[in-house]
Amino acid sequence: MIFQPAIIALLLASALCVLALVASAPFALDVIRRWDIKSGSERQLQMERRTYLFSTLLTFVLALQLAAVLLFVFNAEKMSGMFVGAMCAVGTLNVNAFGFPALNAKIAVFFLAAMWLAINHVDSRARDYPLVRIKYALLLLLAPLLVASGWVELQYFLGLKADVITSCCGSLFSEGSPTLAAEASALPPRPAMWLFYGSLGAAIAVAAWHGYRGGKGSASAYALAIASAIGFATTIAGILSFVSLYIYEHPNHHCPFCILKPEYGYQGYWLYVPLFAATAAGLAAGAVQPFARIDSLRAIVPGFSRNLAAIAANGYALTAVIATAMIWQSRLILLEH
Amino acid sequence: MKLWLAKQRYLIDFTLASLARRKTRNLGLLLVYTLLVFMLASVTLYTHALRQEAARVLAASPEVIVQRMVAGRHDLIPPGYMEKIGRIRGVQKMEGRLWGYYYDAVTKANYTFMVPAGNPPAAGEIVVGPALERSRGLAKDNGISFRSYSGKLHTFIVADVLPQASELVSADLVLMSEQNFRAFFDYPVGHYTDIALSVANPQEVRNVAVKLGAALPDARPILRDEVLRTYASIYDWREGIVLALLSAAILAFGILAWEKASGLSAEEKREIGILKAIGWETGDVIKMKFWEGLLISLTAFLAGFVAAYVHVFHFAASLFEPVLKGWAVLYPRFQLTPHIDGLQVATLFFFTVVPYAAAVLVPIWKAAITDPDSVMRS
Amino acid sequence: MIELSGIRKAFNQGHDNEYWALDGIDLSIEAKKVTALRGPSGSGKTTLLTIVGCLARPTEGRVRLLGEDISGLPERFLTEIRRKRFGFIFQQFNLIKGLSALDNIILPAYPTGRPRRELLERAEELLAGLKLGHRRHAKVEWLSGGEQQRVAICRALINDPELVIADEPTANLDTHLSREFMGILEGLADQGRTILLTSHDPLVVESDVVQRVIDMRDGKLIDEH
Repeated sequence: MIFQPAIIALLLASALCVLALVASAPFALDVIRRWDIKSGSERQLQMERRTYLFSTLLTFVLALQLAAVLLFVFNAEKMSGMFVGAMCAVGTLNVNAFGFPALNAKIAVFFLAAMWLAINHVDSRARDYPLVRIKYALLLLLAPLLVASGWVELQYFLGLKADVITSCCGSLFSEGSPTLAAEASALPPRPAMWLFYGSLGAAIAVAAWHGYRGGKGSASAYALAIASAIGFATTIAGILSFVSLYIYEHPNHHCPFCILKPEYGYQGYWLYVPLFAATAAGLAAGAVQPFARIDSLRAIVPGFSRNLAAIAANGYALTAVIATAMIWQSRLILLEH
Repeated sequence: MKLWLAKQRYLIDFTLASLARRKTRNLGLLLVYTLLVFMLASVTLYTHALRQEAARVLAASPEVIVQRMVAGRHDLIPPGYMEKIGRIRGVQKMEGRLWGYYYDAVTKANYTFMVPAGNPPAAGEIVVGPALERSRGLAKDNGISFRSYSGKLHTFIVADVLPQASELVSADLVLMSEQNFRAFFDYPVGHYTDIALSVANPQEVRNVAVKLGAALPDARPILRDEVLRTYASIYDWREGIVLALLSAAILAFGILAWEKASGLSAEEKREIGILKAIGWETGDVIKMKFWEGLLISLTAFLAGFVAAYVHVFHFAASLFEPVLKGWAVLYPRFQLTPHIDGLQVATLFFFTVVPYAAAVLVPIWKAAITDPDSVMRS
Repeated sequence: MIELSGIRKAFNQGHDNEYWALDGIDLSIEAKKVTALRGPSGSGKTTLLTIVGCLARPTEGRVRLLGEDISGLPERFLTEIRRKRFGFIFQQFNLIKGLSALDNIILPAYPTGRPRRELLERAEELLAGLKLGHRRHAKVEWLSGGEQQRVAICRALINDPELVIADEPTANLDTHLSREFMGILEGLADQGRTILLTSHDPLVVESDVVQRVIDMRDGKLIDEH
């Protein structure tokens, strides 16, 4: 393992998240077993008050996960100098088999936490808290995922060994080591472009349709969640395949992370922030939809769902516009017209 | 959305007013918080600046240096050795270098004597680094004598003093001509200390080193990238060690924050009770307390970071210098180039704000669930 | 307006010191009337007030507000109802020290996010109505007892509640100030607000303003006038 501040910080953050969720597990079980909204007993009152703690905790976990994803990528970028053949974050993440899984797990936990918070939001606006049991059962499911994500991350960091000169002996010790894939594999640009604009357009259309229906249709809500998931995947593929090339103005540099660097004016944030927000909103719309039929939620879910659809539509539109603007300004020509 | 913003503004207004009313109570925590940020920020800013400095210095050094090994020890390059290497594809330039260490009994420090590659000083003249200029009180055109290892006294005229720019490496440098160098150290003619190779294409460096190894089994090629990597990880490691040592301080701070947040005064408890009775929701109180924590954190972070910046870049990190810099007796006194790095700030944030947030979360909730009817029962 | 049926309220439930503060209360509070709860301390009148005012939930029994059952509602929604419909005047006034009279008055409206200017206008209006306009920027700890109470009344009215709840409002006032308070109360009743108060002060319960007096003892209603 490399003993380094950012790594310690990341492990600390993971430990805190795991601790928060594990500590809440007994309470979640308690709620599932004993929750009784009709009761006026003091125990019920205490349980209700605890729910505030857990929604605050989960918000904290969500915020921490988001910050950790950024720090993780940042740090991978910076550490690339320590590994022979690693030119940027992609290389660092490829140092061992746990790098990309760790990143993906973090992103997954982020989206799942966002979906949980969406369910929590609608539930806490209904006067009878109809989803309390479901919510805390989901929380119990989220805990092992978080633990797994922390474990993968730990394995990744433990497996890192910098290729450095030991005891002042210059040597070519790393000569035999396989070169790290410094580039992520990427689709050819033309189909990737079709996919990119096609799926973003579809996601925007579905979100607009769902919003237009006042967030009411369950088909449109599920379609929005699916379109968001696909939109996220293809947008990342598109960034890998051609958007990054235009930003770097280099026909072979496929890297989704370098665009976050100051050298490229932090352009990546303009792409990723709306993309993540839109995807989280789209997935959340799907997450709350199964409960739309519950009496007390009938008046709450559609309005919230419509707001989510608006966020998703705007986010994806912004992503598409920004990517197009970046391509427009680039001096690189990938496709002959 | 507008409503939400208006609400947050009210909460911030209220929390600002209540912070102002309890200045002394919060001052202690704020001071400790600021101090913690200051310490951690000093360490990270300083090590980062050192890393940058090393990278800058090494940027000008050759891509590959070849040393000759005898019995596992570094030995002189004998005459004819360079010819044996011959031409390697990709190598732009190859030259023998002459340098060595000299212990100066007057200042009790080691100097690096060296023959520069391009335009060396004239015979009998030397160019010295800024540390020498200070410790021996030298100026341009002064004379200085060194007693060589063979016992003879050699006198040189100082032709120039090296600029301060990269003092970390050049501080103890003494540049002289080849004849002077060989005469001073009794260095055998035709021998060199090591060989420097320039390689234009970075992708070729590794191949060149492999070919060198094949041609001369007793040669040890040292790649600049590897040195750079080693420096970087040494500084990372030191930074990590210091942070790990300071983690006790972070923990203590977390406990203090927890204590402060849970030990609400009777007055504060009463206030929260009143707020809840007159129609504030538990969530509103949590949000209000969240803003309070955020304001304290940002203030402490900003103050601590600015103080650390001044400490590192204007006072040369005088508090941590001995631990972090190195082992040379002749401490270079150098001005670090101010540099702030996003990753550093983000890491620092993780080390300070996150523990604080985690520590106050439960106490805040505890305060917020005060019974709304508590004010009527007293 | 409010109907209580079979209300019981326990403290320290399940412990050795379990104690039932209310024990089977059936009561209907009519709109636009002034009702007083009378009884010795410990009779449960303040506890009853907290249940009517949505500050606490009954352990058993039902509370109906305008026909809607609110007894099982989580605190979050009780708070919302309390904020919108009830104004509170506490025995100890319970103003927040260090804030001006105006700032204290607009506090209950913070969670609503109503524009500040609107709130300040309303607060000034209320203060002027109680002849306290000249003290609006004074810190509350500088105000006299009577002035503090009037600030507390203004605070209770900032969200324009239908029902005003007062707990022992004259306990900390002398006779002159108590009379003044009854005058203010009459004004509120004339505005069509429902008023519910607890008191054992004869000056209050025997006043003409109070239309209905309910006697309590040991957590039960015992008599009504």
